[in-house]
Amino acid sequence: MNTPPSNAAPAREQGGRDETPAGGRAPVRRLLRDPQAVLSAGVLLVVVALGLLTPFITEHGPNQASLEAINDEAGTHGYPLGGDKSGRDIFARLLHSVNTSVVSALIGTSIALAVGVTFGLIGGYYDRRLRGVTEWVFSLVMTFPGLLLLIVLLPVTRGDYRVTMMIFGVLLSPGIYRLVRNLVLGVRNEPYVDAARVSGLPDRRILGRHILYTVRGPVVIATAFLAGASIGVQSGLAFLGVGSSTVPSFGAMIADGFTNFYEEPLQLLWPSLALGVITACLVLLGNSLRDVLEGGRPKPSRITAPSRRPTTGPAAEADPPGLLTVQDLAVAYPTPSDGLNEVVSGVTLSLRAGETLGLVGESGSGKTQTAFAILGVLPAEAVVTRGSVRLDGRELLGLGERELSGIRGRAIAYVPQEPMANLDPSATVGSQLVEGLRAATPTPRREARERALALLDRVGIADPRRVFASYPHQLSGGMAQRVLIAGAVASRPSLLIADEPTTALDVTVQAEILDLLRDLREELNMALLLVTHNFGVVADSCDRVAVMRQGRIVETGDVLDLFRAPGHPYTRTLLDAILDEHAPRTDPPGIADERPLKEVR
Amino acid sequence: MILHVLRRLATGLVLAVLVTMITFLLLSTSFDDIAGSVLGSSATPARIEQQKAQLGLDRPVLVQYLDWLSHAVRGDFGLSYFTSEPVRSAITARLGVTLSVVLAALLLTAVVGVTLGVLAATRGGVVDRVAQGASLFGHLVPNLLIAIGLVWLLALRLHWFPATGYTPLGEDPTRWAASITIPVLALTAAGAASLTSQVRGAMIDELRKDYVRTLRTRGIRPRAILLRHALRNAAGPALTVLSLEFVQMFGGALVIEQVFALPGFGSYAFNASLQGDIPIIMGITLFAVLLVVCVNLLVDLANGWLNPKARIR
Amino acid sequence: MTAPLLGLSDLRVSYPGHGLRARPTEVLHGVSLQAREGETLGIVGESGSGKTTLGRAVLGLVKPSGGNVRFQGRDITHSSRKERRALARDIQVVFQDPYSSLNPALAVGDILSEPLTAHGATAREARARVAELLDQVGLPGDAARRLPREFSGGQRQRVAIARALAPVPHLIVCDEPVSALDLTTQARVLDLLVDIQRRTSVAYLFISHDLAVIRHVSHRVCVMRGGEIVETGTAGQVTSRPRHSYTQRLVLAAPVPDPVEQRERRERRHRLLARERADLSGARIPRRAAAAPEEWNDTDRDA
Repeated sequence: MNTPPSNAAPAREQGGRDETPAGGRAPVRRLLRDPQAVLSAGVLLVVVALGLLTPFITEHGPNQASLEAINDEAGTHGYPLGGDKSGRDIFARLLHSVNTSVVSALIGTSIALAVGVTFGLIGGYYDRRLRGVTEWVFSLVMTFPGLLLLIVLLPVTRGDYRVTMMIFGVLLSPGIYRLVRNLVLGVRNEPYVDAARVSGLPDRRILGRHILYTVRGPVVIATAFLAGASIGVQSGLAFLGVGSSTVPSFGAMIADGFTNFYEEPLQLLWPSLALGVITACLVLLGNSLRDVLEGGRPKPSRITAPSRRPTTGPAAEADPPGLLTVQDLAVAYPTPSDGLNEVVSGVTLSLRAGETLGLVGESGSGKTQTAFAILGVLPAEAVVTRGSVRLDGRELLGLGERELSGIRGRAIAYVPQEPMANLDPSATVGSQLVEGLRAATPTPRREARERALALLDRVGIADPRRVFASYPHQLSGGMAQRVLIAGAVASRPSLLIADEPTTALDVTVQAEILDLLRDLREELNMALLLVTHNFGVVADSCDRVAVMRQGRIVETGDVLDLFRAPGHPYTRTLLDAILDEHAPRTDPPGIADERPLKEVR
Repeated sequence: MILHVLRRLATGLVLAVLVTMITFLLLSTSFDDIAGSVLGSSATPARIEQQKAQLGLDRPVLVQYLDWLSHAVRGDFGLSYFTSEPVRSAITARLGVTLSVVLAALLLTAVVGVTLGVLAATRGGVVDRVAQGASLFGHLVPNLLIAIGLVWLLALRLHWFPATGYTPLGEDPTRWAASITIPVLALTAAGAASLTSQVRGAMIDELRKDYVRTLRTRGIRPRAILLRHALRNAAGPALTVLSLEFVQMFGGALVIEQVFALPGFGSYAFNASLQGDIPIIMGITLFAVLLVVCVNLLVDLANGWLNPKARIR
Repeated sequence: MTAPLLGLSDLRVSYPGHGLRARPTEVLHGVSLQAREGETLGIVGESGSGKTTLGRAVLGLVKPSGGNVRFQGRDITHSSRKERRALARDIQVVFQDPYSSLNPALAVGDILSEPLTAHGATAREARARVAELLDQVGLPGDAARRLPREFSGGQRQRVAIARALAPVPHLIVCDEPVSALDLTTQARVLDLLVDIQRRTSVAYLFISHDLAVIRHVSHRVCVMRGGEIVETGTAGQVTSRPRHSYTQRLVLAAPVPDPVEQRERRERRHRLLARERADLSGARIPRRAAAAPEEWNDTDRDA
């Protein structure tokens, strides 16, 4: 089964393989299948080859001026593109300029890579003090306008473009440094690097094998962009007239063409075209490399109700009893091969007012997807292929985001799994509560504020005023979950959908949150759909249970019956897997019987 | 908060001292040439030594630097070797031209980049493709070529704006605006390109976060979620890009000023460097660093306002 | 009796504060414990209790700021990198997240042979040992050629266990090794760990937040809270007749997967909390003092 993208965390754990597009075994082969990559790399290769073959192709030197050739037409006697205003062969100058660009790119990128990668590895892998120093030095380099510095240092470089490009390489290095440092810092804290260290691998080997590998891809990508930047800067400087006038370069040719524009516009066109094509190819190649090595660019993400493909209309039946009725609900995600992959396949369930239904299953069983489908907050790419979701007799599937936002918050509310990730990090707790209250029922700001404070008090927060003014990162996980519950029950919804509301919390906090949910449910006569994988939570809080497996509900029943006499074999497997409450380990710690045989060090 | 600002300012000053010192040390390698070029090509070695002594270039480099620094602290940047113009007034006069171009371009970049980025992130389809295409174009074509293309199209073909020259704001605001329009557009093209892709990426990341889903379940309208929550959270990284953009535009302005014959900072710096006019070079270096320090400080403050975690620290 | 396999005495760990003048925060305030050869010592605690830091200190991944760690009688608190590398043969680890604890770019065979060759095994010896290890953890022999992403969470955790077993260690630090796994997978991986221990008499320092898991695999259990050990005892005693009030709360907070029993447990928890609240408002009692255990004696069937 496939993992739908941007799903809740546990979906990651489902069996099989997760579809990470990046880091396949043969990126080169995939690159060769990408027309953009092949085309841009091909053009670059041809251009570089032409540059290398210059002495064999051209009849004239780049600075060889001939009075007869001044502003010559293209195509006349050995001047394929004509002559410029000094009578030099434009074609020859173009090819020589290619070489200048290639040398600039080589110098600029190699210096930037050498400096950036080395210090990035050092700054990322070794301890904080060393990093403090490298960090400071590179941010210093980064803050200075590079082109200005290159010009200011003109008396020092004496206009030699190679020296200039060396300095420019240093100026480019902070970008690479940051890239590498961030990657290394990220990898360094990965458990697999810790595991390698515990395995007794020397630092050298960890850096080489585990860390350089991760850094490789992004650095290759950056190289293409660095080369483009170097060529751009070199031509910019040459355009300004920095550097020796005997070094042919696109910039100098463009400057010449620019002054001669009214007479001979083509003289401006050729070098501009050549420069444009080379930098464009580098950027396009860089983009292709990124797509292949890091996976494609993220797709836009719209806030919208899920699209629906009504293969069958909602079954026209007599109004089913109860508050929430889900019938034959199916949710699917598009696969790379344009098919649809069902993650929820025909779920039917119902809830009466004030009742708690536990939706239980292992990761990847589709329980969270079912909850999201009821709320209408599936990711934009998800498709509801069939079925019906009715709340108080009203069909919710097919409603637009606007209509749904009138129902959500008022009739139906949601408590998520990860409390921290579900609060906007840059808005105060209070403002988020007030905003929700006012979205559900138009209330004066002041009144909404009072109500929010009362809610915080109700969910067991000791100091409501302080928490009201706090930002999410100042709260503990348990407090954040209380805040989210306060927000969910703010408008007295008739149905609360709680998706693993205690999974991310400590046990003692879990017990308190379950108590709170139970009390609120009784107080507000609210129905609760409790999505969980924990049978302890089910036993604690649910009236009825539905067991899900691979997108289907295999068994529904009263909580007591289900625990005492599970009907479906899968339910029995799950219950058997629960570790026995009353049997601690009793066998004594044994001393080696097999060990000596295994000492094959 | 005030402590934080003071600390940043102090770091900025240290940065200014370091950069000017390094520049000075590097320049000291070419003092002979500079003394020579002040005198002209016919100077004898003895005459050059004499000139160096007169300019104070024969003293130990560090002493010279400290001398420059002690004057600079009091606002005295010396006189140009060649024109004897006071450096400070010369620079401030030209800074106005560059800043009006760069700041206008920065503003335009912010507006265009954020609008296109948000649209691309949330609309998808044609809007996304157009925005991404525009952004790609800005990346693909070097600044210089965009500038030349704009001159060709807007000035030479359509005659909407003058191709070159500058009218001070005080003289005629309309003509001032016309004279900087093409340079501003040219600078904006590249800046907006990278800002657009940055904002697009950051917005997509934000919109995929869990809190967006939770806000939806509270019945909050998509537009409010987009602008009040997602955009605010995406603005931090975008601001950082914008501050780097400023530094780059400052460099880019050098080329642009040359194309449009604007009497700005860049062309002034260029001529001073060609001649080796040390007081002007040093003055320009210092001004540029201070400007960058100020912009970074502003971005820092804005980030603190946007991001509560950064603020508490 | 010889020296215990692992001994911590008064172990302290501090993390540096952020910023220049910030004071370091101590997360372990003097922890002492002993683990014997072939034994599973369970460490249970909630987030922030310092249990993970404890494991990392034993592994040498964080530097203690006080106290010492002894392994087979030797003080290894401040061993050099080189000594640490030698110790890698004796002390190994299994981490929580089976997704990030395996380098996604390396084939399983390479992951397993890497520590072997690092300690001087030839490629051939390593290959033979890898086959043996895969068999030991119940993975097919062709697993060596595949990448981690081709396996499920439970299978990856088996790879991580095989990697830990590779050098025939005396001690494996298991840091929440089954927390990221589904219920059914969890039970199988735990059984595998117990089975391996019976066969090789490796000792486990088993860190978990889940009392049920700890009860299932541990011989003895330490309960941690706020960087200290509040209670140590046999698995049966700690999880069925806890003495410390915190342990009691912990045990009662974990829901039993049985609706009737859970209702009872919930009521007992409410009674305990009510009594604690009354105690707090009345006389202040010392934190380490054992709370009155009579409730446990009347109601617990294991008593």
